[in-house]
Order: sequence, then structure tokens, then C-alpha cells
Amino acid sequence: MQQSQAAHLPAIATDSSVVVQAVLAMALGLFIVGVVGFSHISAVHNAAHDVRHANAFPCH
Amino acid sequence: MPVFRSIVFSAALAGLMVGAVISVAQFLGTVPLIQKSEVYERKAAAEAPTAGHEQAGDPHEHDKARSQDSEWEPEDGFQRNAFTIAANILTAIGFALPLTGVYAIRGRPVAWREGLLWGLGGFVVFTAAPGLGLPPELPGMPVAELAARQTWWIATAAATAIGLCLLAFRSAAWAAVLGLGLIALPHLIGAPLAPESHSEVRAALSHRFIVVVTLTSLLFWALLGVSTSVAFGRISRP
Repeated sequence: MQQSQAAHLPAIATDSSVVVQAVLAMALGLFIVGVVGFSHISAVHNAAHDVRHANAFPCH
Repeated sequence: MPVFRSIVFSAALAGLMVGAVISVAQFLGTVPLIQKSEVYERKAAAEAPTAGHEQAGDPHEHDKARSQDSEWEPEDGFQRNAFTIAANILTAIGFALPLTGVYAIRGRPVAWREGLLWGLGGFVVFTAAPGLGLPPELPGMPVAELAARQTWWIATAAATAIGLCLLAFRSAAWAAVLGLGLIALPHLIGAPLAPESHSEVRAALSHRFIVVVTLTSLLFWALLGVSTSVAFGRISRP
């Protein structure tokens, strides 16, 4: 069923795969920003302290 | 996943470059101001040993812990600067990924000028809008509770991003009204307020910091928008 749909709509299938991959990459990026800028773990906070202040991320 | 790989590779390349350039800008601009302000922060902590979380009677406890979260911190000088550079590069890669993801979804080549506009969008979403309610703060200034500020910051960035997209990509009148409403809403609700208290940090210093941070951030987003669009254009080309 899925295969026949993919065969009929190759363009849409490719597009949705691109969107899924792009959204995955975007989520990965926001996760990285979250750890560097928003994590409450004190070692992470202290390591990135100056960057948090310089990026105007909320800090201690 | 060829598209995912192209996005990650372009974002890493652009982030590495922009993170390095921004680190230089910070060492010239924001870092000296932060260090100046920490002098006041330490002085205030020394003058008020019973303030805040450190009400324990033992004064040595306070000497050991400058604040409740100082279990480990990088040593001043090389180590601290190295961590700043690393954190800048990671932040730049982190913000480059959603930018590049947008280019991939656009599904057509994104020229550097369009990349620049996307970067400026990032400046509005992640610096200008949250900074309106929560201006960049130097260490040692009175602030509201951290979790509340983080929640307001993230919600403001999200609402501004959705609002801008509605304004840019939907031509209907309802979308313009809703978009403007979403951009204004977090500021009508208002950012968490700092408690009334005296700060040792001088107003002139803190104002200078706001200007320097905003300008550095403008440079960051302009560079990131251009470099991600150029990198993704080259790497994703078959």
C-alpha cells in the first residue's frame, strides 16, 4: 500500500523526506543551544558562563 | 540521509568560522565588561556574607563557594577563554542548524543576500525580542528567578518566530493581525521582574554592555546567515 503510494507520488515522497531530515537537523541545533545556553548543570553553566552573558541568555 | 548530512556539514563549517570570529569580537567587547562587573559582584558577595543562599554560620563555607553553583569553574586566563571559544562555536553550530534546515525546506538555491535576511530574522527572534524584556545582564545584577526568565525567553523567541513567519509567508489579513499579535503578546504579558535591590554594578557599565552585546549579536547573525547560505549552496549542489 505504502509502496504503491510512493510510486505514484515520487515528488511528494522526496519532499516529505527532505522536510523530515531538515526538521531533525533543526531539532539537533536547538538541543545544542539548549545545553550550552540553558542547562542548569553547574559545570556546564560555569564553562559557558561568559558566552551566556554575551548572548543575553538568562543567567544566574 | 543525504540532506541531513549536507545540513549538518554546512552548519558545522559555518558555525566553526562564525564562532571563532565572534570569540575575537567578545574578547574585545563583552569579556572585559564582564570581568569589570565581576569585581563588583565579588565585592558585594564579600560585604553581604549572610545574603541569599549562604546563611550558614560558617564563614569558610562562603569563601569556598562564591555562589551556590560554583562546584567547578574554569580557571581564569587560558582555560576560561578556551571554554568561551568552544561554547561560542557550539552555539554558532546550534543556531546554524535551524537556519540551514530552513534553506533545505525552501527547496531552491538560497543566495547569500537571502541568507543575510534569514540571519537578521534570527537576530530579531533570538536577540531583539527577548532582549526587550530581558536586556543583556552583567554578572552581579539583581535578577528574577532563573527558570521563570528562561521560560519567558524561550516563549518570546518562539512567538516572535511564528509571528514573523505568518507576516512573511501568509498574505491574508488575518495572518498579519495574528502575526503582529504574537510578536507583541510576550511583552504585553511582561518579562519576570527583578526584585527591588541595590546593585553595585554601575548603570553606565550595564548600558554599555547592552549596546556591545546587541552589536556583537548583529554581527553574529549577519555572518551566520551569509555563511550558512554559501556553505549549504556549495555542499548541497549535486
